[in-house]
Amino acid sequence: MRLLILALCGAVLATTPAFAEESQQAVKNQVVAVTSIVEHPALDEVRDGAREALEKAGYQNSNHFKFIYQSAQNRQSTAVQIARKFVGDKVNVIVAIGTPSAQAAVNATSEIPVVFAAVTDPIAAGLMKDPAHPDKNVTGVSDITPVAAHVKFIKELLPNAKKIGYLYNPSETNSVAALKILKEEAAKNGLEVVESTAIQTSQVRNATLALAGKVDAIYITTDNTVVSALETAIMVANENKIPFIAADPASASRGALAAAGVNYHDVGKLTGEIVIRLLKGEKIADIPMEIAPTNDLYINQKTAKLIGYHFPHSVVERATKIIE
Amino acid sequence: MWWYLSQNALLGAVESGLIYGFVGLGVYISFRVLDFPDLTVEGSFPLGAAVVVVAILAGYDPWLATLFAAIAGALAGLVTAALNQIGKIPNLLASILTSTALYSVNLHILGGANVPLMTGDTIFTPFSSSQISDAVMRPLVLAFLGIIIIALLWRYFESNSGLAMRATGVNPRMSRAQGVSTAAQIFIGMALSNALVAIGGALFAQVNRYADSSLGIGTIVLGLAAVIIGSTFMPWKRIIFPLIGCFIGSIVYWVALAYALNGIPGMTPFDLNLVTAGLIAFVLIAIGKFGGALNDRT
Repeated sequence: MRLLILALCGAVLATTPAFAEESQQAVKNQVVAVTSIVEHPALDEVRDGAREALEKAGYQNSNHFKFIYQSAQNRQSTAVQIARKFVGDKVNVIVAIGTPSAQAAVNATSEIPVVFAAVTDPIAAGLMKDPAHPDKNVTGVSDITPVAAHVKFIKELLPNAKKIGYLYNPSETNSVAALKILKEEAAKNGLEVVESTAIQTSQVRNATLALAGKVDAIYITTDNTVVSALETAIMVANENKIPFIAADPASASRGALAAAGVNYHDVGKLTGEIVIRLLKGEKIADIPMEIAPTNDLYINQKTAKLIGYHFPHSVVERATKIIE
Repeated sequence: MWWYLSQNALLGAVESGLIYGFVGLGVYISFRVLDFPDLTVEGSFPLGAAVVVVAILAGYDPWLATLFAAIAGALAGLVTAALNQIGKIPNLLASILTSTALYSVNLHILGGANVPLMTGDTIFTPFSSSQISDAVMRPLVLAFLGIIIIALLWRYFESNSGLAMRATGVNPRMSRAQGVSTAAQIFIGMALSNALVAIGGALFAQVNRYADSSLGIGTIVLGLAAVIIGSTFMPWKRIIFPLIGCFIGSIVYWVALAYALNGIPGMTPFDLNLVTAGLIAFVLIAIGKFGGALNDRT
């Protein structure tokens, strides 16, 4: 009996595409399908930035345009299914936020344009061969962290610093790539890097505690794991009076002493602008990869008071946002 | 339309279902046959993916690379068995220790967190043709592989060695009284189970063309879902049925997820896991009610 039910379901499933195919194509919607590997403040800002850029250009949810979003809930196998669904639904553009989602999208289609966002090294991830000349259906916005500039920034904030603590999840490619550059730049500037790893968000507190007393500053890049538990890490750093410097400006609003780098809302805006060009008919081969500008410098005076730190005048002058 | 699955989405669900069917087989052998709760799978699945990608990039034949992945998985299973049988560490804890350690091992094998396999042959390459699209060919190849593995396992579990393993899981004391070395059976079973899971990982990597150290997250849930859903569709006692059930259960899970992605009115992207769980619960309850009369058939 149950096998009969199973067989019937299978038969229905196998034939529905034939029936529904026609009605799907009758509606000439333009659809932008966005997926992210996990929900998390920076990645959410990319999505929102893209949506706002589209709305500003006149692309709002209506009869002729749809903006869909699906999250893979931190499961890579789900990211694969989401990519397959988008391709099957014949969307016009796929926006993939985060390396695993981008890899899944690129593998699922060689026809539908894929715009990646918040991927630090698209070449290492196998997404593009030459960022200046897209050879497949892929382009996007890289959020490569300006680690060299950050090391100089740390020296400016703390001229007497000798050791920088680096918090990260070793299974995140972006963080590992940043660490490599960090070690090189630190050596050039006479600084030593002390690593502390957290495999899951629940380990971030202990990983931060492990640095207490050993380092003059704690530095993080765009590690998804650490940023998801950012308040915890900042709390520990503040309790131990350690300056906390981050790469995502939003971290300063969440309590970090200072943050300089990529504004993820801007990454979203750039991504949205690429999508608009594609929707208007521009060829993807003519849209090279963009690197998000890193002009934002946020400082948090409230945190500074808490840990007894005074910002140098030069930094206060340059700051794009001061949080009191 | 909520009931519509595009061909791409349906084939994707079947494909993932078949890949995780191998994981289901592994979980079936450890959890059901040996009564050994085994979380090593969270580490052996990405281990299989890592080994196969590194081996193919190094120039090995994809089938050989997949075999290497299976052997790596078997070794991981042996470690868990050793911790349990020789180290006297309780089974669940032993498996958690191994999967935790495998995290680092996988990073070493990959030389980083993520390695793409954009170029390079996979086991699917020889079957690529202009007659059938890859999206259709891959599930067919996977199904064929699945049938072969099920047949081999069925033969094994109805042989004397296999029966010894099943006996170990049902009643270890009685088995020992009958002369079965339960320790040896656990070693063999763990090796076999994790080899199958690693094969699943190797298949995932070849289908999706990358390996990532975080690939293992959620593997145990997917494996258990496959086994349990499968046993609801095929509750009969002869061992061939749960083996086939692993694949059916896995496919049902992935199709439910595909439907959950379609969305039901009022659902937000946050609700994906909730809706998937709800759909599966609905299917299991419905099957239970309809097929109730045949529950005791052997």
